[in-house]
Amino acid sequence: MTETNLRAQEGPYFGEFGGRFVPESLIAALDQLEATYKEAKADPSFVKELTELQRSYTGRPSLLTEAKRFAMLAGDVRIILKREDLNHTGSHKINNVLGQALLAKRMGKTRIIAETGAGQHGVASATAAALFGLECVVYMGEIDTERQALNVARMKLMGAEVVPVKTGSRTLKDAINEALRDWVANVENTHYLLGTVAGPHPFPTMVRDFHSVIGTEARQQMIDEFGGLPDVVAACVGGGSNAIGIFHAFLDDADVRLLGFEAAGDGMDTDRHAATLNFGKPGVLHGAKSYMLQDEDGQTVESHSISAGLDYPGVGPEHSWLKDLGRAEYRGISDAEAMEALRLLSQTEGIIPAIETAHALAGALKLGKELEPGSTILVNLSGRGDKDMETAARYFGLIGDK
Amino acid sequence: MISKTSDVLKANSAASRDSLIGYFPAGYPTLDESVEAAVAMCEAGVDVLELGVPYSDPVMDGLVIQEATQEALDNGFKLRQVFEAVKRITDRVDTPVLVMTYWNPVMQYGVEKFARDLKAAGGSGLITPDLIPDEATEWLAVSDELGLDRVFLATPTSTPARVKRAAELSRGFVYAVSTMGITGARDEVDQMARGVVASVRKEAPEQNTAVGIGISTSDQAAQVNEYSDGAIVGSVFVKAYKSGGVSELSAKVTEIVTGLNK
Repeated sequence: MTETNLRAQEGPYFGEFGGRFVPESLIAALDQLEATYKEAKADPSFVKELTELQRSYTGRPSLLTEAKRFAMLAGDVRIILKREDLNHTGSHKINNVLGQALLAKRMGKTRIIAETGAGQHGVASATAAALFGLECVVYMGEIDTERQALNVARMKLMGAEVVPVKTGSRTLKDAINEALRDWVANVENTHYLLGTVAGPHPFPTMVRDFHSVIGTEARQQMIDEFGGLPDVVAACVGGGSNAIGIFHAFLDDADVRLLGFEAAGDGMDTDRHAATLNFGKPGVLHGAKSYMLQDEDGQTVESHSISAGLDYPGVGPEHSWLKDLGRAEYRGISDAEAMEALRLLSQTEGIIPAIETAHALAGALKLGKELEPGSTILVNLSGRGDKDMETAARYFGLIGDK
Repeated sequence: MISKTSDVLKANSAASRDSLIGYFPAGYPTLDESVEAAVAMCEAGVDVLELGVPYSDPVMDGLVIQEATQEALDNGFKLRQVFEAVKRITDRVDTPVLVMTYWNPVMQYGVEKFARDLKAAGGSGLITPDLIPDEATEWLAVSDELGLDRVFLATPTSTPARVKRAAELSRGFVYAVSTMGITGARDEVDQMARGVVASVRKEAPEQNTAVGIGISTSDQAAQVNEYSDGAIVGSVFVKAYKSGGVSELSAKVTEIVTGLNK
């Protein structure tokens, strides 16, 4: 590794990845967004407003919790959890949403649209819309509206309209397509509040920046509370927003290994998975060049995961770049491994993680057996599992059949 | 550089005739049927054929085209069949055939290989809805080398600098997006199209401009021809085919052509 300024990448490209592969109709809106974001970043009043919202609304800084009983299952390692699950709305997603909602206001847009998989980003978007008095429409794959019914109810309660997307694979990928179509038609009054580090520039850079607070806090907290940097930082990767959020502050700490855990669905030896960085090829999906799951004709292949939030055949371009550089490693965790980790964290620590997050926890358990004794793993506990109780209850047979 | 598409549009303009550019997806509902449908459209008077490549994530398309292209994929459409379709169509009719494709299939096939195979099949060039000139370096070079048409989009929100770039770099015509939205019929074609065409003319007086998105009737097609070099019509043809096969499709093309100055 010769590069030492990995943190300085501002897009539109990360190596060969990123860019803007979108209809011309959206370019003006992307330019406006980029300019507004640039101006806002340099405006102390914007920074102050966002920081204050993070403190008094989100509840930042989020805590570090050492998972001692859970770590015993992983061998002789320490496992530290970055508690993004304790944020208002229950996941890291709020970090990006508050930032973008402020930008929407700054641009004079009165309506926000969002895509959502697990519903966490949709809930966070509905929350910000309620807080700022914006109209909010959330696109959600029809299949996901069924497996995340609780989050649909939360969004509706906060006044958002939830549109079930019935085209294509009826999951996150198609929800993004539908949101893009809405945006093309309503770009004048509408901001597309994209929820992950994918999409056309400036989204990958901007969303990363809004989530980088996770890693910035965690890095300092590790030094202050645990006496130094972790040996490994671990996070789950779907589109990759929570992972890039915690990785970013550590990118130039060459001794800190960065590990992303993708959804392996039925297993890495099957074709039912969402392990984009492991099995995908570079291509263009949703406006950026990045790794993606596709067939030889460039048709997007449907992904599979028990976790709606990781069930996505694409990934943010910065992750593709970090993978090719060898700065971050990406591995797969199956549905079964993730569900087991969810159960174990619940029973050893009294913390029920989201199924997405459970992929990172399962990864940490496996890593613990490979690492030098005494190593420290920092895991981004990106979300809480309340929304997954129905899936978990059915999976573990905790309730009778409906 | 010679462009058959441009020659057709310019010959029509010179003779005060209107032009119609008609869209149909390759492989819908099957390869054979799509070839017959496309040939029928050309025979019924379409001046330029826009042959669509079915794609899994067509963000610029409305429901009618989404459903048709998904059906083509479900029926086993493979990318290489687009060249077969172009060849079979151009063997039978003299109409210029432009392939409308999202970018990832081309990128995966290989930009240069795609261009060479398209040219060998008799295709005139590409319309690229999600490839802006900024990202098109390889395609610009390859299309120059092979003399293929390349149609970029200009929209009501494009800055003058971007319209200029689209106008200078397009060959065949510039696709003026009539309204902010995706493909599909609309009751009224937005007046914004006039502004887009005027900006293209201002930046590149020799360039042709065709107006698309939302045009479904003869009156609308005639109206946009008053101030541009052609009307682009798609969804309504797909709808006609779906409802009544080649005969209803031909009837729809004839209906629209009849309302134009021909």
